[in-house]
Amino acid sequence: MRKQSLWYWLFLFPVLIALTVVVIIPFIFGLYYSFTNWNGIQSTEFVGFKHYIKLFQDGEFLHSIWFTTKFAIASVFFINFFGLILALIVTQKLKTSKIMRTIFFMPNLIGGLILGFIWQFIFIKVFAGIGDLLHVEGFRGWLSTTETGFWGLVILMSWQMAGYIMVIYIAYLENIPQELLEAAEIDGANSFQRFRHITFPLVAPAFTVSMFLTLSNSFKLYDQNLSLTGGGPYDSTQMVAMNIFKTAFSENQMAYAQSKAVIFFLIVTVISLTQVYFNKKREVEM
Amino acid sequence: MGKVRKYVIEIIGIILALIWLAPFYLMVVNSFKTKREIFVDTLRLPEKFTFKNYTEAFERLDFIQTFFNSLLITVISVGIIIVFSSMAAYALSRRKRKISSLIFFIFVGAMLIPFQSVMIPLVYIFGKMNMLNRIGLIFMYLGFGSSLSIFLYHGTLNGIPKALDEAATIDGANRFQVFWYVIFPMLKPITVTVAILNTIWIWNDYLLPSLVINKEGIQTIPLKMFFFFGEYTKQWHLALAGLTIAIIPVIISYFFAQKQIIKGISEGAVK
Repeated sequence: MRKQSLWYWLFLFPVLIALTVVVIIPFIFGLYYSFTNWNGIQSTEFVGFKHYIKLFQDGEFLHSIWFTTKFAIASVFFINFFGLILALIVTQKLKTSKIMRTIFFMPNLIGGLILGFIWQFIFIKVFAGIGDLLHVEGFRGWLSTTETGFWGLVILMSWQMAGYIMVIYIAYLENIPQELLEAAEIDGANSFQRFRHITFPLVAPAFTVSMFLTLSNSFKLYDQNLSLTGGGPYDSTQMVAMNIFKTAFSENQMAYAQSKAVIFFLIVTVISLTQVYFNKKREVEM
Repeated sequence: MGKVRKYVIEIIGIILALIWLAPFYLMVVNSFKTKREIFVDTLRLPEKFTFKNYTEAFERLDFIQTFFNSLLITVISVGIIIVFSSMAAYALSRRKRKISSLIFFIFVGAMLIPFQSVMIPLVYIFGKMNMLNRIGLIFMYLGFGSSLSIFLYHGTLNGIPKALDEAATIDGANRFQVFWYVIFPMLKPITVTVAILNTIWIWNDYLLPSLVINKEGIQTIPLKMFFFFGEYTKQWHLALAGLTIAIIPVIISYFFAQKQIIKGISEGAVK
């Protein structure tokens, strides 16, 4: 019996060690540190909920949460909207379907940091060029205000992730039985009715998956935020992930940053689980 | 009606595809211009295509070295993730005990923890162990990458009948032989998916290397890009050439392995 289970533990050993050292121990330590005055070198004193009380009065942190939330709502909407439209287009068996899939998916292979730099150029230089050409003031000075920085991030994220979400929708769209759509057509349903009553309900599970991915990705966004706006102007486009990084490594407030990280974990977990719960429920009803 | 509709949809699709390509087009076109020309007009084609930006950016990025730094870390990390995650998933799928469900649950649950929540103690712990180096980084990739990989392998392994293992055992194979000679070859399609997902993630990762290996000479492409860009924000001609150089290897790989990449992504995402 003992000998039999030896192979079992040997097979599990490397990943168990890695997960423990990289995720579990830091997570537990982090939880503990958030209640102390740990400064990155030593922790001497237990301070209770001090940091947690402080962060709920920290205007910059609260702003970053609010900004991240707004960003997540807008980008989830646009990513899914475009993702579904792109999927509907490329599944029409057009001559250009294959090349379109290739193009729409391309941004996902390139790192967020690099994509952010590319769009920084587009927003700052190209948009200014378009503004000069058309004499439209609104195109000038992009990323220099909170508003344009916000939409800059939403545009970047939608452009990047729509192709990824498209792939998920395609997988479900291709599983819809053709007879069902044909039967509905014979019965006189127009293309909107067919979409509304057949296609849309059948791709609902894809929506669960894609909403989970887009929501958690939007909340955890860091690279694109760093390279596109750098949080500016005046930290007004700084998202939660970046705020935690800055508090820890630029301002050297380790324990305080860690308490933000714990709150961040709670927010991401609650949102992810609630979202999956409600979408699953909706699927069953359909 | 069907034909006209198809036509309209195709035109909309083509317009969207052109919009999707526009950022790449503008990047490449402007990377061939002089500094002055970018400043004056970003929308036109360059008067004269100059490759000077490229030679200069290539040199300042130390691109060959940087490229091989990225390649080394990505290949080793992905290889280790594949070997150890598939073994772990095999163990978990073959011994259906409570402990297996618990371990599986912990791995899947760990996916919910955002990186920022463990980042600070992680850097501290690895600093204490003198592991803020490439070996430490690869080990971290195993820790963060194993969850999803085990999840994907586990799903496939549950569909492979145990009778196969038993037959091989009767023929005298031990567990390692059963796994490596009989089971692992059958996992090839999901291994491709696991490899693609992890490669894209690790190749493009910026934050983790920035915390772990911020030393000149061993920097990966995203790391080097960050500093390069910071230095040349006002020199768009160099910055754009640098970005294009960084993207070229990815686009070439995509060109060759397109089918596997999209299939791998959709399998990973739909599960």
